[in-house]
Amino acid sequence: MYQTIYHRASTVDEAISLFGKSSEAKFLAGGQTLLPVMKQRLASPSDLIDLGKIKELQGVELSGDVLTIKAGTTYFDIMQSADVKKAIPAIAYLTSVLGDPAVRYRGTIGGSIANNDPAADYPAALLALGATVKTNKRSIAAENFFQGLFTTALEDGEIITAVSFPVPAKAGYEKMRHPASRFALTGVFVAQTKSGEVRVAATGASQSGVMRVPAIEAALKANWSPAAIDSVSISASNLLADIHGTAEYRANLIKVMAQRAVTAAG
Amino acid sequence: MSTVKLTVNGKAVTVDVEDRTLLVQLLRDHLNLTGTHVGCDTSQCGACVVHMDGKAVKSCTMLAGQADGASITTIEGIAKGEELHPMQAAFRDNHGLQCGYCTPGMIMSAIDIVHRHGGQLDEATVRHELEGNICRCTGYHNIVKAVLDAAGRMKVSQAAE
Repeated sequence: MYQTIYHRASTVDEAISLFGKSSEAKFLAGGQTLLPVMKQRLASPSDLIDLGKIKELQGVELSGDVLTIKAGTTYFDIMQSADVKKAIPAIAYLTSVLGDPAVRYRGTIGGSIANNDPAADYPAALLALGATVKTNKRSIAAENFFQGLFTTALEDGEIITAVSFPVPAKAGYEKMRHPASRFALTGVFVAQTKSGEVRVAATGASQSGVMRVPAIEAALKANWSPAAIDSVSISASNLLADIHGTAEYRANLIKVMAQRAVTAAG
Repeated sequence: MSTVKLTVNGKAVTVDVEDRTLLVQLLRDHLNLTGTHVGCDTSQCGACVVHMDGKAVKSCTMLAGQADGASITTIEGIAKGEELHPMQAAFRDNHGLQCGYCTPGMIMSAIDIVHRHGGQLDEATVRHELEGNICRCTGYHNIVKAVLDAAGRMKVSQAAE
């Protein structure tokens, strides 16, 4: 790791002010991606601004039909949260199959979505559930927040403070886990809103990062069942292909994972 | 440079380190606690797992500064004098190690697993929960046996306290 200057902020305002005073700063949340990347010398921020001790970024709130997870809440605390399990158990499940126990103690939902890895799990949940990303400046619909590989709508020095999820009628998530990295080789989140809209998002599949899957949405809208997806055809064009799986394999995984997710959602 | 104050195995320590110092480097290079190992150095293998405020974390994926004010327990801090921790004793009795390189991390993760699951542990749970710890010798079979054995022993020793 190259030299860096470590700062710890106690409030969001302090973090933003520290960021403004540095030349090439980065915010540090749980560090489970940023630190490995810095160790590989693929990132070399002049300053790190640690958000880990900011109390206003911690916690989960359930208020009516909206579940709000503050950005600094760790995966472990999300998994354990009675409100998450009650309102959107699919999020608790998604979190339980993300990384490994030691990573789940440190990693945070804000860190995950700010990084927007094309194979990360949370982006699929945000997109399928129609979540809203709250920052120190504004609210951004998930639709507009994720903008391709490792790219988001966040501006320099903008901090995610929370994610709000409308509580759905039904939701489910399933993924084919890469056995070594635990990332999604392909993962699909399906949701049926309380007004009957169906939204399906796939991660780990597209070359442009997390994406909606309109063909599966239409099939499930007509008939919410795994069998409804049998006849859907998913194009392999623009899907990821690597040593772990071809684009055609991932196209098929989108269908299979969607079917399993519908079964899980009930 | 920053000054990091933390408690390690019950002892208060103050260390001056470069800001880029990892927690595992503080433990091994500054405090000579070399029981915590660096295996992959890429957050995959779990040889570097220690407890921070009771939670099993990868000390190669944390800056020393992030542990400021925390209480750290390493493999050196779990035995009571000559008496092995029940998890250490179970690893010995069940031949849960061969070369031993992964063992400190395995044991620290395994203690955390038992603390979280208590008497609810079964083989499938242990295997799922140990996925952040990689062993290249044993094939995991005896490690899983040791963790299940220790879960019983830890229940007994907690009840006795």
